[in-house]
Amino acid sequence: MSSTDLTRRTAAETAAAIAAREVSAVEVAQAHLDRIAAVDDRVHAFLHVDAEGALAQAARVDAGELSGPLAGVPLALKDVLCQEGIPTTVGSKILEGWRPPYDATVTARLKAAGVVLLGKTNMDEFAMGSSTEHSAYGPTHNPWDLDRIPGGSGGGSAAAVAAYEAPLAIGTDTGGSIRQPASVTGTVGVKPTYGGVSRYGLVAFSSSLDQAGPCARTVLDAALLHAVIAGHDPADSTSIPLPVPPVVEAAQKRDITGLRIGVVKELAGEGYEAGVEARFAEAVELLTALGATVTEVSCPHFGYALPAYYLIAPSEASSNLARFDSVRFGLRVGDDGVHSLEEVMSLTREQGFGPEVKRRIMLGTYALSSGYYDAYYGQAQKVRTLITQDFTRAFEQVDVLVSPASPGVAFRLGEKLGDPLAMYRQDLATIPSNLYGGPAMSLPCGLSDGLPVGLQIMAPTMRDDLLYQVGGAFEAALPAPVPSLSWES
Amino acid sequence: MTVPYLEALQEFEPVIGLETHVELGTNSKMFCGCAAEFGAEPNTRTCPVCLGLPGALPVVNEKAIESTVRIGLALHCSIATWCRFARKNYFYPDMPKNFQTSQYDEPLCVDGYLDVEVGGETVRVEIERVHLEEDTGKTLHVGGATGRISGATHSLVDYNRAGIPLVEIVTRPVTGTGERAAAVAKAYVAELRDLLRGLDVSDVRMEQGSMRCDVNTSLGRPGEPWGTRTETKNVNSLRSVERAVRSEVERQAVVLRSGGRIVQETRHFSEATGTTSPGRSKEEATDYRYFPEPDLVPVAPDPAWVAALKAALPEPPSVRRKQLVTQLGLSENDSQAMVNAGVLDLVLATVEAGAPAAEARNWWLGHLAQAANSAGTSPDELAITPAAVARVVELVASGSLTAGLARQVVDGVLAGEGAPDDVVAARGLAVVSDEGALGSAVDEAIAAQPGIADKVRGGKLPAVGALVGAVMKATRGQADAAVVRKLLLERLGVSE
Ligand SMILES: [Zn+2]
Repeated sequence: MSSTDLTRRTAAETAAAIAAREVSAVEVAQAHLDRIAAVDDRVHAFLHVDAEGALAQAARVDAGELSGPLAGVPLALKDVLCQEGIPTTVGSKILEGWRPPYDATVTARLKAAGVVLLGKTNMDEFAMGSSTEHSAYGPTHNPWDLDRIPGGSGGGSAAAVAAYEAPLAIGTDTGGSIRQPASVTGTVGVKPTYGGVSRYGLVAFSSSLDQAGPCARTVLDAALLHAVIAGHDPADSTSIPLPVPPVVEAAQKRDITGLRIGVVKELAGEGYEAGVEARFAEAVELLTALGATVTEVSCPHFGYALPAYYLIAPSEASSNLARFDSVRFGLRVGDDGVHSLEEVMSLTREQGFGPEVKRRIMLGTYALSSGYYDAYYGQAQKVRTLITQDFTRAFEQVDVLVSPASPGVAFRLGEKLGDPLAMYRQDLATIPSNLYGGPAMSLPCGLSDGLPVGLQIMAPTMRDDLLYQVGGAFEAALPAPVPSLSWES
Repeated sequence: MTVPYLEALQEFEPVIGLETHVELGTNSKMFCGCAAEFGAEPNTRTCPVCLGLPGALPVVNEKAIESTVRIGLALHCSIATWCRFARKNYFYPDMPKNFQTSQYDEPLCVDGYLDVEVGGETVRVEIERVHLEEDTGKTLHVGGATGRISGATHSLVDYNRAGIPLVEIVTRPVTGTGERAAAVAKAYVAELRDLLRGLDVSDVRMEQGSMRCDVNTSLGRPGEPWGTRTETKNVNSLRSVERAVRSEVERQAVVLRSGGRIVQETRHFSEATGTTSPGRSKEEATDYRYFPEPDLVPVAPDPAWVAALKAALPEPPSVRRKQLVTQLGLSENDSQAMVNAGVLDLVLATVEAGAPAAEARNWWLGHLAQAANSAGTSPDELAITPAAVARVVELVASGSLTAGLARQVVDGVLAGEGAPDDVVAARGLAVVSDEGALGSAVDEAIAAQPGIADKVRGGKLPAVGALVGAVMKATRGQADAAVVRKLLLERLGVSE
């Protein structure tokens, strides 16, 4: 079997082949390392490749030391999750060279399940961005068109999966950082229920919104990965002490007869590209044809989600990022015996953080400051409550909600860099689920101008299984488009 | 110009307030599993959480919640049914995350009181709030003459203390105390310390910093609004609490009399001079940007659990004190003398550690009271525990020490030479009761004072005391007086 064949397989197929000893985990790992070596100079999905560690883990699987539904399957880890001894930069200069002394819970669970960690993927600095252009280490390129963005912040993870550098990846989603990249790269991305996957070891951007989740090329693969990383973790106070919803079973059901699906009235119209709206309308028709009952549902406060998010997330970030002060880890600037401690801290942060991170720290510091707290942070929390109520009411009428995942297809690199608000609007449709805490998925629903469009499915908290049930049925009826990768030849 | 304390308080009315920080004696830290203990090698009791490493998350120590609720209950507070931690944001290198996880507008306990006895009267000190937070690390400034940051060449940070659970107990402003203001402040801190000790939630060692006080003081003219207050930080002994109030009253009176204005500021108390000095002035007020800690779920103490904790509270120290005084048959005069000397609890603790009441009383009102006086400290801040005193009493009772030796042992303990048994061993203070070893000293004493020896032989038994004294002197107090007396009488051929 050729190396190309090995990288084109789904995670489920690869795991089955390894379990049946048709192929070794080491061969699979090597095929993906070769693939990374062949294409990543153009895609730039990875910030760090750990060939040695990957092959060692694969050898352990081949030796029978590790087993499970994903044993031996390679995976790309977003560089926001700690992996012991492996550089973790969060896409920032301020953490350049830092090697965590511990594993994130997600990382530990992947290792224990025999998943082969190939390396760390590129991202917008501290997960702040929608294009991966805010990485301090240069942008990632969309495998569908190298001149276009792969989405963000988890553009590296999505591009790695789309370019067959890895069948699986882990992303994190604070305002859409898994789903929007999935949408513009034609892959499947899931933001689990907040609290469904441990945040321990996930370098925090916005604590009340951050959630790690799976990136894959199929709904079943995403479900298999979801099942490995999810579940209660006593090290994360906000982790939910309940059993993981039956996501794998749901992905295999392929039946949505009688399911009630609501189309969110407010996630359409102004700001959404015509091609995206056309594919979305066809997707809704398909869901109806598959036996679902589709109605329109109003969520009147969704229009306020974006401004509320841009107060809450930067507020939490301004505090979360305070620890990057050069004292205990990471970059240190000006430690020359001349500058005072305060000056060293200040110079380090001045030189270590990029412009988007500074912009959000300033926004958040302002929103929390005395005299403005009630008008900004406090008000945003009220809006968050109203949006949660919108979801709760909607889920009294329907089982899941649907919308476009991203208002547009992949835009050109540099196109929105000078216009932060245009960049922020990329997350119009994804942010409400983060504010509510419920799970949401983006999966491919066709092309517009030759570029992928994503369908978003949103479910009630701890009903992640519903995403996979709908996604699995939809994918069976409309297989994901495949990129030509014409730039390879 | 100076204005003496009492004179100042004839002209002005004082308002005081106390914020007390208490390190809880939990096994582990507030938000991680690291051991919460003193004296370990720097930075050996740390982990990703208490070092604030990227990605690490806190988890609340349930035992710390329980201790805080018990403190609140013992102070007659209402216990919140739902509350959240908050982040207090400011940059400081000994604070790993550059925010302190604390409580802001939703404390665990509110609206309580503590009654304290001052000069035979009960003063009620109202408690505004009791909340839970984490301690910071410790910074050591190296290279400067003073150990302070100015002049230092570099600083070392020890994060062992970072994340140790800290309870803050805040009083409402205490008014109407007049010239007793300083005494009330001290009595409050002492009573609070005893209460916390009785709850067994902290070792409450002020000298080690496990209990620290910030003292607020203001003066106003009668009938006028309260004056501007100052906050004297980190006052670390009972005596200093009293002195800090006195010193601020005297200082503020001078300023106010001369028509000046009190600046609202933090001040430092100097143990050496007994006065306060301004803290580093801040150009602008710090904005801590408090907001609810998103990494922690709210705390919701179950009312049934709180009720069970309340039912299981020990008797408050004031009640226990009265009970013990009665049980021990101490007279009203005696117990008042002990209260005045600030040793009643020490006596009771010494009795609890096994000493007879009379012995305990004699030590604390006698030798130890003198030792405290000459050291310029209060008896409860002496470097000796009631248990150590009880051990000395036991050694005397068993004949291992004479009264004189016992004082030497106590002095050794006070000087930091270790526990009583360590001092006995190190100083070689064991009683000499070996008759052979004493024989020559006895013979010498008889030979040196033949006249007295004759008197004893002639039946004047009390005269033997002079010979016993000579032997004791010759053996530097290490002889067992009873054995010496017996030997002397034998040699002189006299029987009792
Ligand atoms: Zn720790």
